[in-house]
Amino acid sequence: MILLTRKAEFSASHYYWNDAWTEEENVRKFGKCANRNGHGHNYTLEVTVSGEIDARTGFVVDLKELKEVLEKEVVSVYDHRHLNLEVPEFKAAIPTTENIAIAVWKRLKGKIPGASLHRVRVYELPDLFADYYGEP
Amino acid sequence: MRAYFGRRYTLSASHRLHSEGLTAEENRATYGKCNNPHGHGHNYVVEVIVGGAVDAETGMVCDLVDLDACVRKEILDRFDHTNLNTHACFQNLVPTTENFNIVIHRLLKAAFTQAELTTVRVEETSNNSFEYPVQGHQPAGAHSQGKGSTA
Repeated sequence: MILLTRKAEFSASHYYWNDAWTEEENVRKFGKCANRNGHGHNYTLEVTVSGEIDARTGFVVDLKELKEVLEKEVVSVYDHRHLNLEVPEFKAAIPTTENIAIAVWKRLKGKIPGASLHRVRVYELPDLFADYYGEP
Repeated sequence: MRAYFGRRYTLSASHRLHSEGLTAEENRATYGKCNNPHGHGHNYVVEVIVGGAVDAETGMVCDLVDLDACVRKEILDRFDHTNLNTHACFQNLVPTTENFNIVIHRLLKAAFTQAELTTVRVEETSNNSFEYPVQGHQPAGAHSQGKGSTA
């Protein structure tokens, strides 16, 4: 068993807002992130997969295929988009870094040929990230 | 669903690696340049990871303002721009980054209650880093697709 990690990047805008709360509550909880005009980040996505090394190729996963899956399932949907307004899973969930990590996991689960998802890490900033391992 | 939130902080401090249990010669042989009597310093990076259920109302594992405040009070205000050897916790403990990592974990574990502190990683330089405690995320099958406890 070996782990392999591939990075991808996307740039997107978002804001934090809970419709069940008053404006004052949203601003108190989320601060600048509650600005309804949104703001943006350059996100870095790290996807770690696990599997056995194929004796013929020496690969745990074909990196080109993995790159194509990340592009199709995540980057093409999130990149240069407003997450709250244009990405369906964030109609019901606030696009925090934690929820983005969970959403990316759901998008990728079962779609990586020959390997299993181990971890999804999403960096919103170089010093702020969230991890999801598929735990309930 | 359980997720993990990570944050990186920096602090600058000096230290000298010297064990009272070793002779001067043994200290030099063991610690090399790090045994220089006048000490030396590093820009440490402290990476803190906390885990917990993602709150349905906020979408967060914990409030990062609370985590920042706790790390500032317990770690940065205490150690930044100081000599590690002068702290009480290092009077009988060599301030290697391994031991510094464990001290930071102990201080944060006791002080931060809003989520579970799972891992502290400390980079002494960009070439060496330490991680404590080691987490039990199992690469083998535990998170295989569509099975078991996967979400």
